[in-house]
This record gives sequence, C-alpha cells and structure tokens, in this order.
Amino acid sequence: MIDHHDTPRGLRLPRFGYAFNMTGRIGLAVILFWAVIAIIAPLITPYPPGEIVDWDYFGPVSKSYWMGTDYLGRDILSRVLMGARYTVGISLAGVTLACAGGIVFGMVAAVIGGWFDTILSRLLDAFNGIPSLLFGLVVVAAVGSSIPVLILTLAAIYLPGSYRFARALAVNVNTMDFVTVARARGEKTGYLIRAEILPNILGPVLADLGLRFVFIVLVLSGLSFLGIGVQPPHADWGGLVRENIEGLSLGAPAVIFPCIAIASLTISVNMFIDNLPKKIRDRSQ
Amino acid sequence: MTHPLVSVRDLVIGAVTDSGREVEIIRSVSFDIQPGEIVALIGESGSGKTTIALSLMGHCRPGCSIGSGSISLGDKTVTDLSEPQRAALRGTEVSYVPQSAAAAFNPSQRIMDQVIEVTDIHNLMPRKEAEEKAVELFRALALPDPDSIGQRYPHQVSGGQLQRLSAAMALIGDPSLVIFDEPTTALDVTTQIEVLRAFRSVMDHSSMAGVYVSHDLAVVAQIADRIIVLKGGEIQEVGSTRDILENPQHPYTKELLAAFDPVPFVSARAQDVERRKPILEVKNLSAGYGAVVKGVPNFKVLDNINFRMERGTNLGVIGESGSGKSTLARAVAGILPRYQGDVLSDGEELRADLKDRTKDQLRRIQIVFQLADTALNPSQSVGSILARPLHFYHGLDRKARERRVIELLDMVQLPSNMRHRLPGELSGGQKQRVNFARALAAEPELILCDEITSALDTVVAAAMLDLLKELQRDLGLSYIFISHDLSTVEAICDEVLVMYKGKLVEALPAASMSQDAAHPYSRLLISSVPQLDPDWLVNLEHDPEMIRAMDGR
Repeated sequence: MIDHHDTPRGLRLPRFGYAFNMTGRIGLAVILFWAVIAIIAPLITPYPPGEIVDWDYFGPVSKSYWMGTDYLGRDILSRVLMGARYTVGISLAGVTLACAGGIVFGMVAAVIGGWFDTILSRLLDAFNGIPSLLFGLVVVAAVGSSIPVLILTLAAIYLPGSYRFARALAVNVNTMDFVTVARARGEKTGYLIRAEILPNILGPVLADLGLRFVFIVLVLSGLSFLGIGVQPPHADWGGLVRENIEGLSLGAPAVIFPCIAIASLTISVNMFIDNLPKKIRDRSQ
Repeated sequence: MTHPLVSVRDLVIGAVTDSGREVEIIRSVSFDIQPGEIVALIGESGSGKTTIALSLMGHCRPGCSIGSGSISLGDKTVTDLSEPQRAALRGTEVSYVPQSAAAAFNPSQRIMDQVIEVTDIHNLMPRKEAEEKAVELFRALALPDPDSIGQRYPHQVSGGQLQRLSAAMALIGDPSLVIFDEPTTALDVTTQIEVLRAFRSVMDHSSMAGVYVSHDLAVVAQIADRIIVLKGGEIQEVGSTRDILENPQHPYTKELLAAFDPVPFVSARAQDVERRKPILEVKNLSAGYGAVVKGVPNFKVLDNINFRMERGTNLGVIGESGSGKSTLARAVAGILPRYQGDVLSDGEELRADLKDRTKDQLRRIQIVFQLADTALNPSQSVGSILARPLHFYHGLDRKARERRVIELLDMVQLPSNMRHRLPGELSGGQKQRVNFARALAAEPELILCDEITSALDTVVAAAMLDLLKELQRDLGLSYIFISHDLSTVEAICDEVLVMYKGKLVEALPAASMSQDAAHPYSRLLISSVPQLDPDWLVNLEHDPEMIRAMDGR
C-alpha cells in the first residue's frame, strides 16, 4: 500500500515494536550482568580467588576488600565473581538439558498417546517420587563430583517435572481442530510436534524454564552447601555460603554477599520470565 | 405518547487498541424504548449490537469506555451514576440473559441458588418467597418439573432448558428492561423454538420491555415489536418488525433479507464426463467412541449408514446436535476409524484408519471444520498455513508455493497481503475462507464441510455459499455439506440425508425437501426453521402435528 501522508516513517514504528515493561527490563539487565561477569570473571577479579590475601579472617568491608574476606582470609569479591561461572554455567546447562528433554518427550507422548504415553508417564512419575537432594547425594557419592556429573544429575532431577508440564499443555493443543486437520492431511509426528504444537505451548514452557532455572540454582547451591557440589578450591555461590556459615554469628559480610548474589539472580530471572517482551500487533492494520 | 422507558442519545463508545490507538466502536447512536416494548438490535459481528446492549446496564467490556452521550433508564441517567449505583440497578431495573447459558451458570451450585441470588444480593424478598417466585417463573417458561428442577445442577438439564433458566434468573428481580444477548444462537432449530416460545409467552404476559440482540432476522421477527439495524456501530434503519421485513429501505437491510431467499440450486454435474463410479459410496458404515470390546466400541454413534453420491453433486446432512452428523464426516475422512462397513471412492476402497490410506487418497478427500478459530494454527501466518499442503502433497518449491498461495487467496476472494497475517487478526468470515482455501490447496475432489457457515453471520454465510458454488463450477468439486441449518443445505445441495440418533432417517431431494419429507422427525426439523413471517411462531403453535412432536421432547 502506498502511504500518501507525509508522516515520517519513524513516527509510526512504535506500533509494531515490542512492549517490554520496566520490571522485565530490570530482570534482564541483572541476568545479563551476571552472564557477562561469568564470562569475563578472570579478567576483573582483584585477587586470585584461591589465594589467601589477608591475615585476618572474616574481614569487614574495606577499601581493598570490597566484600570482606572469608574464613581463610580470601577475597570474597573475587570468589563471588568466579562463582558466577559455576552457578550460572552449570544451572544454564542443566536447565537446558532438563527442559529440552522434558518438552520433546512431553510433546511426543501427547501426540502418539496410547501405551507409549502411559509407560513413559508412569516411569517419569516414579522418578519424580525420589527426593531431588537425596538423588543428587546418591549419584554424586557413587560417581564422584565433577561438573558434567553435576549438570547431568541436575538435568535428570528436573526432567520429569518439565515433561509433565509440557505434556499437559501439549495434550490440550493436540485436541484442537488444526492438529486434526494436519493429521488428516497425513502429517508425521515430527511435523506435528515441531510446527503445530511447539509454537502454541512456547509461552508457558518458557515461563516454566525460567522457574526451573531458579530451582536448579537453589539445588546446586544446596549440593555445594552439603559439600558435594563444586569442589574446592573453586566454589559456586552456594558453596561460598557453606564455607562461611560460621561467620554468620560474627555478622561477617563473607556470608551475606553470596546470598545476595543468589537472591539477585533468582529473583531477576523470575521478574524477566513474568514480563517477557510482547509483540505489538494492531489488528486493524 | 408516554415517557419512554429507555432513551439513548448520541451514544459514543470508544476502545483503545493494544498499540494505544483509540477507535470508536459506537458512533452517535440514539433510540428510545417504550415500556413493554421489545426492540431488536440486529447486525453482523462487530456491528456493536452487544456493546450497545451492555451499555444500557452501564457496563462496558474491558478496554471500552462510554465516550459521550447519555443513557437514561426510567428516571435515572445511567451514564451519570457511580459504579455502586449502577450495580444496584442491575438485576432490579435492568437484567441480562447471556448468549451461552452453559458458561453463565456455576457448575458446582444448584440451579435454584443461582436463580434467586439476585433477590439475595438486593435484599428483595425472603428466601422462601423467592423460591416460590422462581418456581412460578419456571412454570411460566414451560420448564419440565418446575417444582424440583431448581434442585438440580446445571449439567443435569439440557442446553435449551438452561437458556430458559437463565431467563428466569434475569426475570426474578422484576426488572423493567431485560436484555437478551443472542440467547438462541447456540441452540438447534428444534430447541430454539422451545426457547423462543417460552420467552414470548413470558414477555407477552408481563409489562417488561426487552432488548433482543441477534443476527438472525427470522428469529427476531418472532419476538420483536421494532427492529434497529446496525452496521459498523451506526444505526442504518429503524422500523416496526413488519415494516422492516416487508418494506426495507436501507441497502444493508435488503442485503440481510436477500440472504434468506434460498436460491434454487442446480449442481454443475459435468455432463461431458462419462458415467464414472460414484465419488463416494458408503456401505453399512458403523462407528463409535470409547474402548473397543470384541471389535465394537462402547459408545456407538453411527449405526449402519448407507448412501452414495455422484461426482459433481452435493450431499447435505442435517440433524440436531448429537445426531452423528460430524461423526459421519470424521468416519469418512478416517479421523475416527469405523469398526464396520466400507467406504469407497471411485470404486477404490478407503481403509478405516487414515494412517493406512495413501497420500493420494488423503489428498482427494479434504475436511473443513466448523470453527475456523480452532481449525487454524494461531501461531502460523495465513501464508504458511496455506503453503503446507502445497509442499506436502505437491512438493512445490518456495517460489511456486508463494505464487499458488496468492492464487488460492484470490480464489476465496481475499487480498494477497493477507498472507502475512496471523489467524487472530482476521474476521470470522475471513478465517473461514482461509480454512476453506487450505482444503482447496490440496486440489481435492471431495470436500467434507462440517457446519462451515454455522458460526457466521447471515450475510457472510450467504457470501460463503456463493463462493462455494462458484468454486464448484470452476474446479468440478463435490461437497458433503453438514449443517443444522436447513436453508443453507437447501441452497447448495442436490440431495439431503436426515440423521437422527446415529441413524439415517430419510434421504430427500433438496429441492422438494419440505413436500417430500415423510418421517415425523424430518417434518419436525423442517418446520422448525424460523421463517421471516412475524406470525410464523403463532401459526406453528396452532399446528396440532407440531405440538404433538414438541411434547415428546
């Protein structure tokens, strides 16, 4: 269509943009901040994270140690910055595996149905019955703690939940007429889940992914707190809290700052997923 | 002349779109309603009829607001009242009967508690008195077991009964104005009559005024004293029912009326084609749902169906909801595998389950569903929806697909830039066209149309039927046309099958359907279709055969 008005195009653009509210923006900013930290951590740590730099332990916030020092006199700021690598990296890998697996299995089960669905669902339900920390403990105790083992364990713990969620959504979409039409056309399962079902469950599934990310951060912190997560001298944020838990009675900043880091990441992930950008479409155009 | 009960002056209602642009939905509408008068608001979807009706209660749907103008009801000006004052008005002065009674009742409360809730909220009368009054209303609305029906739950009564119960809910506060919002649109023709009769007798015996919102002129003709024709948020024509029906002035009203005249249909049976095998032949077809025990499913829906149709002809299937019409289409298409019988196309046997059919067999028979809202994937653009069958059946490359999509859109009379839109951005009629174009994309020989015009407005549906006929002429298609609307079937079919409780009751030639019908059920169905004559319902009530048939329900 030819526009006869002289309005500059720039003025009309906002109509087709994305609406993204402040809460969501703040959440995204904090997530990006931690992601950048995770990548560039070795370049910006003021001290080597494993080195004892202060004679005093549980040192206060000072000019040379911005977040104080830990129970051995190591710089907490450096350790939090390096810990971001483990917390953000392991959780991200874990949540990606868990959700990708859960969503694919869930959609396939919903589309194929019948015995396949029943057996897979009951199997994963049974798996869901094992307490997550206990399962982690057993696996890590049996295989030993390494980063790939941690990632796989976390993924295994959260896959059944993601499967349940995706399957419940996919079953609803699966009964819609447009899926019946595609089926009557002779489409195979692969096309049905990729083109007909996935785009229609993506919103809730992404929200679920965000929530699960938070759970994984917390479980990873829990595992590290129990001493079976990331192994010393490295530490993720949960590990930092455990190491310095004795400092709690002394009011040491060493225990407070890792907690703040965990809280800031998990809360902002939730803020972001609850306020994902929405595409604006004007139906009258 | 007495003082009008309702007077609306220069009403403007605006809405704000997602992008913050303001649009006017209702543009400067003025009308009056006298006490005891029933006024119908008629128009297509989006004409603002429900918006106006709701504004009489001082209510606007979310995102809308009353811009200017005034609405007065009795001695109160609704537009000047505060929200609590308006709330006090609702249920006592003005009340509302919704389109879908099933959605308006709380499934976990007994009907009586919901019907008398209004008297409780406004402290009108003690509970005992309210219950007695409700039973009186149930009786007036010709509900079965008026004394005990209130003790049931909403799922224990039929759709038509529920609609009458929602009218009882609206009437119990003795309002001076009742708003009926398309109360019979979702009902079958036979049920629609019961509900219309009940509404009419209650309104005749009271002094209440009514506003009846509908897109069906024939229904409105039975109940309204005056008709207001709306389009695009503006009044097109106002007149007494008889005037509007017999002497319409405005072109839009004429168009609405013209949509009622069934155009005699002659199918484009290709004469030059030698007598080939029938395009579809169904023998002893039985199908059902549920667990299969010894080869027979628990819930049998279709019982021993036999028919055949020739290439280039159209077959209509009519019957009320639950008669198995849609199941027949599903069984033929293989979506619901039959457990008994044969389906042959061109003399070639089609397997029961569509998984066992060849791609070419699937291509030749396409099915189009009633609700275009759910039949189009909301997250795919129109272009990719239409392109998929082209790729799947014909293996066209990207460029050829794009060209063909534009051709297909042109065939269904939609502009080519529609292909970039999502289904949610189209109107109901446009969606149904896209839905149909997708079936055309496969280049089928037989299209199963499952109630494809039932969700559309009269004028839009008539345009859709014209389109179907035109495409049939050009492409040599055959249609199976499933509908509960007899005039639609009459307009497009050569032969009509009447279904009742999963059985084929009768097969009739469409042109002489009303004369030839012999089975009592076919006769009931045919005589239940509302006519444009305002006296039709009254005459019907004097027809002894009709009364006998209705009593059994």
